[in-house]
Amino acid sequence: MNDFRIPLGTLVEGFVDWVTDSLGFIFDFIRAVFDGAFEAVDFLLVSPPFWVIIVLAAALAYATRGWKFALGTIVGLTLILGVNQWENAMDTLALVLVASILAILISIPLGILAAKSPTASAIIRPVLDFMQTMPAFVYLIPALILFRIGVVPGIVATIIFAMAPGVRLTELGIRGVDREVVEAGQAFGASPWRILRQIQLPLAMPTIMAGINQVIMLSLSMVVIAGMVGAGGLGAQVVAALNRIDIALGFEAGLAVVILAIYLDRLTAALGKGGTPLGRVVAARKRHRQTAAAGTATTGTEATASGQKAPELADTTARA
Amino acid sequence: MRPHGRSSPALRAQGPVIAHPFYTSQHARMSQRKRLYFACVGEHVTETIAVKADRLYKAFGRRPTEMVKKLDAGASRSEVASMGTAAVIDASFEVKKGEIFVVMGLSGSGKSTLIRMLNGLLDATSGTVTVGGKPITGIPNKALREVRRSSVSMVFQHFALLPHRTVIDNVAYGLEVQGVGREERLERARTIIRLVGLDGWADSLPSELSGGMQQRVGLGRALAADTDVLLMDEAFSALDPLIRREMQEQLIELQAELGKTIIFITHDLNEAMFLGDRIAVMRDGRIVQIGTPEEILTDPANDYVAQFVQDVDRGRVLTAASVMEPVRSVVTISAGPRAALRTMRDLQTSATFVVNRDRTFAGVVRDRDVLKQVKTGATDLHAILKDAAWVTPDTPLVDLVEASVESDLPIAVVDEKNRLIGAIPRVTLLAAIGNVTTNTGELTVVEPAPTISMSVITETLRETASEGTQL
Repeated sequence: MNDFRIPLGTLVEGFVDWVTDSLGFIFDFIRAVFDGAFEAVDFLLVSPPFWVIIVLAAALAYATRGWKFALGTIVGLTLILGVNQWENAMDTLALVLVASILAILISIPLGILAAKSPTASAIIRPVLDFMQTMPAFVYLIPALILFRIGVVPGIVATIIFAMAPGVRLTELGIRGVDREVVEAGQAFGASPWRILRQIQLPLAMPTIMAGINQVIMLSLSMVVIAGMVGAGGLGAQVVAALNRIDIALGFEAGLAVVILAIYLDRLTAALGKGGTPLGRVVAARKRHRQTAAAGTATTGTEATASGQKAPELADTTARA
Repeated sequence: MRPHGRSSPALRAQGPVIAHPFYTSQHARMSQRKRLYFACVGEHVTETIAVKADRLYKAFGRRPTEMVKKLDAGASRSEVASMGTAAVIDASFEVKKGEIFVVMGLSGSGKSTLIRMLNGLLDATSGTVTVGGKPITGIPNKALREVRRSSVSMVFQHFALLPHRTVIDNVAYGLEVQGVGREERLERARTIIRLVGLDGWADSLPSELSGGMQQRVGLGRALAADTDVLLMDEAFSALDPLIRREMQEQLIELQAELGKTIIFITHDLNEAMFLGDRIAVMRDGRIVQIGTPEEILTDPANDYVAQFVQDVDRGRVLTAASVMEPVRSVVTISAGPRAALRTMRDLQTSATFVVNRDRTFAGVVRDRDVLKQVKTGATDLHAILKDAAWVTPDTPLVDLVEASVESDLPIAVVDEKNRLIGAIPRVTLLAAIGNVTTNTGELTVVEPAPTISMSVITETLRETASEGTQL
């Protein structure tokens, strides 16, 4: 009984070792890119004075949901500032933004692929299940080996953990687009690319945005784990609080995570639903422009009376 | 050229004024529309073949070609059910340019699958489809898209509009795909919007429109693409009955103006009968009959079709020509009253039709008047000639009812040269509308029944015989 042992773990270990030895340069490159992206975003968030960030965040909040959300944003961010977690919060925000953007960039095309091809869907689905349910600590081990201590293994682990809902909801959204509308595109001779761009993606957008919202939320939930491998930010504070049994620090850092989470959630949810104050302004302006164009074009038509249709119609009217 | 009822009002309008006010105001409105229709569309149906389907099969399953082989060998749909679904089996038909070809069947009969093979949305498992002389089966996707852009457009049951685009952008969609520039396509879309009666809604979103208006957008989108062939998949089925009838009439008007070839799918027989120049009836994936509405109604190919058509509003589909009986009781006007009286006596009727020497319809004479003339020795039937209700051969039966109620005389049917070609007694009209036979065996139907006893007539004829020629 005890003799029966599948050496699965050893095999995976051997594989990771082989990857590290032979493909190390690829991972060095990825590390450099991710690190650079993180540093750039972090610089943008940390270098301006705090009030600039608060005003920008509040403005964005106002544009998407209105003044209540803007007010809440100001109160929340001021609270973070008040518990002296501002820089950590900005580090965490930078990490979440970079990880989320990368996860979205990977997951939306994968979701489109899964929606278009049943084979791709059949392959992607179990892989996603695996990625999402495998305890997150487990990826940290090879990530640490491949990318070494720092912010990059945190980003990688976050991407892997957080991208699943992005893929799933993109696939769901595109599959859920009214079949007849897609058929209409086909029936008028639109190419698959045009149908994707003009019909499937716009109609699936609310679902895709729900996916993006989920990706961001999951990214935030990973910051503590990322903190363990040296990603810094609020995660590192929570880990430090845990090690020192420091309830005060733990609560303050945790609260900052919650505030960021609520802000990002409400923001992306509003973008997904559409009908934002900003959206209404844009729509109104677009409509206004079209009406104006229509006015000039109509006068043009009457003046020139070009095309085959016009005389034909005039003919019919005369007969009637 | 058009074998049934629509043209009648136009013809009638050219003929002499009718004594009977046949039409209610609703009918008058209809007839005006149809007159427009007749004036310009009749000529649109040509002999050119716009769409041709040749032995089309569509099977869904693991081994579709094998299924087709079995079906080809005579297996029925249920016999191959274990292998998959045989949606369309051996469908062949030709649609002429300018024709409205209706495919009718219950849900599951394969009609939606059939229409989707006509523009390649579904690949045929076997068989060929030709649009405008060019095959569209077995061609690369790119060429197929080109066919859809230039030759075939489609209207969908649930409208299938792009909800995030305005009405005008929806209407212009086909043109946009064709690569027409923005200014030009919006201009053409505006013309179409006016044509389908959506003036003032160009910048609305589809969700702001009612169902009927949304389908106008759908129709406009298909028309704007300016293709010769229009596929309409249950296009009016999702609409309220009143709106549906309005849209059907509008479709006929539009077809009159634009001369499109329309292939229309429906499960509603009355709709099929109203719209179709020809109808293909589908059952279990096969086309069981193709014919004009009247052919389908009067000569159903099998019990299924017969059962299907029993609920149809026969009064609107059947025409005078299809039910009229040969005229027995008729005299030439120059034959005089004695001949008329004799005819009536022989046929035991109280009235007889009178025709001029060139066989054109003159009117009717009654036995009492003729008897009086014979007694007084007058010889000119003109003096007692009465107006009688008459119709053209392609008048729908529903338009005969009122005339039939008002007069006990059979209704005369006259052709375009005003010649008497038949008559429709009340009994015949009732039998046709009620779908029962008038064949009562030895007794023939005679209307109207004589009002003067035969002996009186015979007596009168004998008494006056010396004065005129011997009869």
